[in-house]
Amino acid sequence: MNALNRYFSLHRLLAIIVKEFIQMRRDKLTFAMMVGIPLLQLTLFGYAINSDPKHLPAVVVAHEQSEFTRSIVAALRNTDYLDIRSATVSERDASEMLARGEVQFVLTIPPDFSRRLIRGERAQLLLEADATDPSATGNAIAALQQISGSLLRHDLRGPLAARQTAEAPFELVIHRRYNPDALASYNVIPGLVGVILTMTMIMSTALGLTREVERGTMENLLATPVRPLEVMIGKIMPYVIVGLVSMAFVLTAARWLFHVPFIGSLPLLCAVILLFIAANLVVGITVSSLARNQMQALQMTFFFFLPSILLSGFMFPFRGMPVWAQWIGEALPLTHFMRITRGVMLKGNGLAEIWPDLWPLLLFMLVMMALGLGRFRRTLD
Amino acid sequence: MNDGALAIDLRGLTKRFGARTVVDALSMQVRRGEVFGFLGPNGSGKTTSIRMMCGLLTADGGEGHTLGWDIRREAAQIKREVGYMTQRFGLYEDLSIRENLAFVASIYGMDRTRQRVDTALERLGLQSRQHQLAGSLSGGWKQRLTLAACMLHEPRLLLLDEPTAGVDPKARRDFWEEIHRLASQGITVLVSTHYMDEAERCHRLGYIAYGRLMACGTPQELVERSALHTWQVGGEGITALAEALQGAPGVEMVTHFGNSLHVSGSDAAALEAATAAHRADPRQHWQLTRPALEDLFIHLMGQAHDNFTGNRAS
Repeated sequence: MNALNRYFSLHRLLAIIVKEFIQMRRDKLTFAMMVGIPLLQLTLFGYAINSDPKHLPAVVVAHEQSEFTRSIVAALRNTDYLDIRSATVSERDASEMLARGEVQFVLTIPPDFSRRLIRGERAQLLLEADATDPSATGNAIAALQQISGSLLRHDLRGPLAARQTAEAPFELVIHRRYNPDALASYNVIPGLVGVILTMTMIMSTALGLTREVERGTMENLLATPVRPLEVMIGKIMPYVIVGLVSMAFVLTAARWLFHVPFIGSLPLLCAVILLFIAANLVVGITVSSLARNQMQALQMTFFFFLPSILLSGFMFPFRGMPVWAQWIGEALPLTHFMRITRGVMLKGNGLAEIWPDLWPLLLFMLVMMALGLGRFRRTLD
Repeated sequence: MNDGALAIDLRGLTKRFGARTVVDALSMQVRRGEVFGFLGPNGSGKTTSIRMMCGLLTADGGEGHTLGWDIRREAAQIKREVGYMTQRFGLYEDLSIRENLAFVASIYGMDRTRQRVDTALERLGLQSRQHQLAGSLSGGWKQRLTLAACMLHEPRLLLLDEPTAGVDPKARRDFWEEIHRLASQGITVLVSTHYMDEAERCHRLGYIAYGRLMACGTPQELVERSALHTWQVGGEGITALAEALQGAPGVEMVTHFGNSLHVSGSDAAALEAATAAHRADPRQHWQLTRPALEDLFIHLMGQAHDNFTGNRAS
């Protein structure tokens, strides 16, 4: 044996490398994570993430229809920033659509718009934006403001050519609804409520239940008169309480540290938080019934958490994502919960307005419950 | 409730996991107040059988009663009256000794929890260490603590699944003293083990292989009933002798016992013939002896294997 072999042997190194590969092949979940997560991140950051979202849904409240207004609407459509629905709606409907998050913008054309324009009085158009997520609307607002000056250039001809002043012929008044100062914290903090709950609730339930099985204490426990349901509820309850306490903490911080407004009903939000906690705990139970040890439980939690945080609209504007990513996002409870918290806190939404996001949350929970509890039962035998 | 003389009464109990039959028509009776040794190789279905006895697993076929309760329908009553000690340490390593005992006591809905825990700690001699984490105890102490936890609710039957695995001889001896003390108070004990010296300490034994009961009776009965003939050989050159005899017709087992060798077979004449030449060797002394339990069990295991593979072929 030569001297080098005493300190470093390629044979030994190779033996370890081969062994690692064999183990990697056996541990399918880790392997899937090593391949899956970069793939997920690549497609997400490569395609999904668009910090300059276009085609934002908008409606027009037209108190007046003229060639000018038609021309303005057509021109705004051409910017690609707005997807303006052709039917005009009433003021009340538009306001509700904005509250439900169905549309991002409402363009209001006042009754005397054309008359004022022709007379050369300062004509105004009102563009209301749902500014709960400033990053979703910021670019669109800036672009629209910039082009509004040149919008009617071709329509103001003949006797009206005089209206083509250096100044814009009309003023585009922009209202950033719910978040007039376009503060990011207004958007991030209600979202954080959901992110924190998703991570802590799934992880603690999944780990807590898997730990009992992994350490062999579950068998001991089940040999006692204790019922499976008691084990489950008993193990989950402390985490629900911890979750609620941490929520109280986050909401207090939101109010007093970050001065995020709270317009809606606190009891309603608490009820939704409880529902969301339940949905996440059911995910945790499902994970624990699939995972063979705590490590796997942690990996699976991560698998669920990563798309949740990336595709729910927390990190990036939901409408900036491609359609396939939006569909995945719609299937995740965090997406809906985040819309509800933002709606209740910033818009003062009530039960009627949050219903479109409430039923998907309920549905998710029921489906997961059927899956998770069904499996949990069987794993006890 | 039928309060007969049997603590455990299994008839044709069967358990399958997928296509694998783990316990195959097991019929076995354990009398009240006896220490019953449950033996068998790894994977023979001991743990699965015990789990069925205490209602943790549902049998796929056959029937059984534990303390008179139906193991399928009355698992809840069984759990209340049975103490089950799992193979692995089943208490919480991150709870203190006292917290573990208090937890078990309240799970069983015991009254006077505090007092019971105090008594248990005193009997264990762990009062001074009651606030130590259970995970920091040695193997022997963990096992004693588990037994104490199993006894908190005053069960009438103890099911111990390999309780002494990885425990030093002194602790094992103490443990068995405790088991016999409990048995003398009228508690029935079923204990699974791999150790032959422990098997000898049981009142009766059951030996299972491939999920089937191969033999059942007192250690003495088993040895007497067995058709096994054993020669004990001492002297020089027994290692070479063992090699020479291995696989010879009529010789079923050749086993080293320290400085001597056990040569066994079930056909006395064939064994006689196979060993005749060697018995003339002056360096060794041969004598017919009673087979040891270990000879017997290895023989049974071989038999079970033949049956099993034979069945498969047919």
